[in-house]
Amino acid sequence: MSLLPGKAAGRTDIARCRRGPVIVSSVASDAHTWNLVYLQLVIEELGYEVVNLGPCVPDDLLVQECRARLPAMVVISSVNGHGYQEGLRVVQRLRACPELRGIPMVIGGKLGITGGESSGHIDDLLSAGFDAVFDDGTAGIASFRRLLTALSPPEPMLEVAS
Amino acid sequence: MNFGDFVRRCHRAGKLVVQPRMGMSSPARMRAGLLATKNANATTVGTITLDSFTRNGDLASVERALRDGVGLNGYPIVHYDPDVTRAMLDGVMAADFPVQVRHGSARPLPIMKALAAAGLHATEGGPVSYCLPYGRTPLAESVRNWAACCAVLRDSVEGEPHVETFGGCMMGQLCPPSQLVALSVLEAMFFYQHGMRSISVSYAQQTSVAQDLEALAALRRLCAQLLPHARWHVVVYAYMGLYPRTPAGAMTLLGKAAELAVRSGSERLIVKTVAEAHRIPTIEENVSALEHAAAVAGGTVAHAPAREPDGGQVYAEAYTLVEAVLNCGSDIGAALSTAFRRGLLDVPYCVHPDNAGRTRSFIDTDGRLQWADIGSLPLSGVVGRRRSRSVTAADLMEALSHIQRVFDAEALEQANRRAL
Ligand code: B12
Repeated sequence: MSLLPGKAAGRTDIARCRRGPVIVSSVASDAHTWNLVYLQLVIEELGYEVVNLGPCVPDDLLVQECRARLPAMVVISSVNGHGYQEGLRVVQRLRACPELRGIPMVIGGKLGITGGESSGHIDDLLSAGFDAVFDDGTAGIASFRRLLTALSPPEPMLEVAS
Repeated sequence: MNFGDFVRRCHRAGKLVVQPRMGMSSPARMRAGLLATKNANATTVGTITLDSFTRNGDLASVERALRDGVGLNGYPIVHYDPDVTRAMLDGVMAADFPVQVRHGSARPLPIMKALAAAGLHATEGGPVSYCLPYGRTPLAESVRNWAACCAVLRDSVEGEPHVETFGGCMMGQLCPPSQLVALSVLEAMFFYQHGMRSISVSYAQQTSVAQDLEALAALRRLCAQLLPHARWHVVVYAYMGLYPRTPAGAMTLLGKAAELAVRSGSERLIVKTVAEAHRIPTIEENVSALEHAAAVAGGTVAHAPAREPDGGQVYAEAYTLVEAVLNCGSDIGAALSTAFRRGLLDVPYCVHPDNAGRTRSFIDTDGRLQWADIGSLPLSGVVGRRRSRSVTAADLMEALSHIQRVFDAEALEQANRRAL
């Protein structure tokens, strides 16, 4: 498990890898970490390397890590009730980076403070740039697993022989 | 009257003080929530829980949320002018209804200044417990900030300040009781060293009643030994991890917390509501929780003889941890930093960079929360050896949801039986 990775993979490394890691991250105001630790295990068990950026991740840090690592997916988790507002803000910053436009990005957790976001809020998050929104609910993890499995067949994290 | 003195007076009168964890975006709702707390059929104190933008010093996001009508998860005390908060509290806060500010910030100076300016004097926190579970602020910085905060509290609140340690909660779940007790005592000693004299020490209900009773006995024993000159009391938190989803399960668990508080001789209880597993609770849900806890407490006999009146195994472990930290130096703040660096304190599953992260815990067949891996904790002579194995997502979820499952299953079973 790595929080705040020591060194970012250089460009060439990424180019030679078949696929990048999955980035798991909170948003700037959210301190909860059990969700992050749990998601990391779920994703690792599907054969991915995970970079867990931890709690209270400033927008700049998330953008910087995504640009440096070109992840296979960006998984944002927030449960403190500010996820809607902060998710909207940060996904627009991520999508503004040309190299991140094609990377799958999802958000999930407890995104508002009233227990279940309105479909309007979920649509806002989708149109702002998320590919999927998993707002609270235990079914979320199962469908998230399916999404990640469908993303690419499990492959070992090996360099491509060139 | 000082928050701590009020609680201790109620205790002498045989009343458990119950308190919500409540925070609303707007002054009008916050005032309504405090009034409802005050008028509940229970002996209460009030709470202002702050939103998490304020906790992180992000006032721009507070403004945006208020402008866009997006609900905040607490009361943004730094955003509002002190006069607004004073007016919100006017006629509500009183000698027999003190109000505490709860926040979870490792950079709390602006919050301390705001609460002092608004005439408040009671708060909560600690250099470790408001740092490691609450973000990425370095521990050494948090220690400095909390020392500075004690100075602000000493110098600028009206009357005598009161602080509560949050060390008895660490991460909300899966931290063995001995380390919760040790951290609560050490944070209280930190506060004392920085001039606080009215202090409360916390402990959160865990997975076993017997072990919790031991832990609370250990906490009282250590406080009596190490804080002989402070005026202190013990606050129990209703379970702080994954909460039961069913209303009946949530209320039963809360009732157990109230029993625990009374049986252990604790003075105050912080409640959880039926909404806990789902969303921020309403005012009405908070009032129901307060009244339920008070009713259960009223029917419980104090000081039922604990099986381990001296704190048993929890005391032995907690004493060893506290001693190891105190041996790191006479400045408690610095000693805490050193202890974490050496792994003499190490909170399971806490991913903060200043936590070694080498310890693991498990729930044994009796429901007691035990060490699976002690990492570098100085407990090798005190706890038995165990073989830890790597934890899968399913293992972690099983441990996290243990209490939720037990109480929801019981609630569903009872509902089924009634339906037959
Ligand atoms: C433990 C806990 C804490 C601990 C956290 C310690 C830590 N470092 O993690 C402490 C005590 C520090 C804490 C603090 C706070 N908390 Co808290 N906390 C909880 C609690 C009790 C359990 C959370 C938990 O451990 N979950 C375990 C993980 C594995 O599950 P999960 O988080 O629910 O995530 C699941 C799903 O949501 C989903 N999921 C999550 N993210 C994603 C992402 C994707 C992509 C997918 C597919 C799925 C998914 O998968 C997970 C597994 O099912 C919950 C209430 C509850 N659930 O019982 C409140 C809760 C989350 N907290 C809450 C709040 C508001 C706070 C505070 C702001 C204080 C306050 N006002 O009460 C502060 C946070 C400060 C901040 N800066 O953010 C609220 C959020 C309200 C809302 N959203 O409507 C809750 C719901 C309690 C409540 N009812 O008020 N908390």
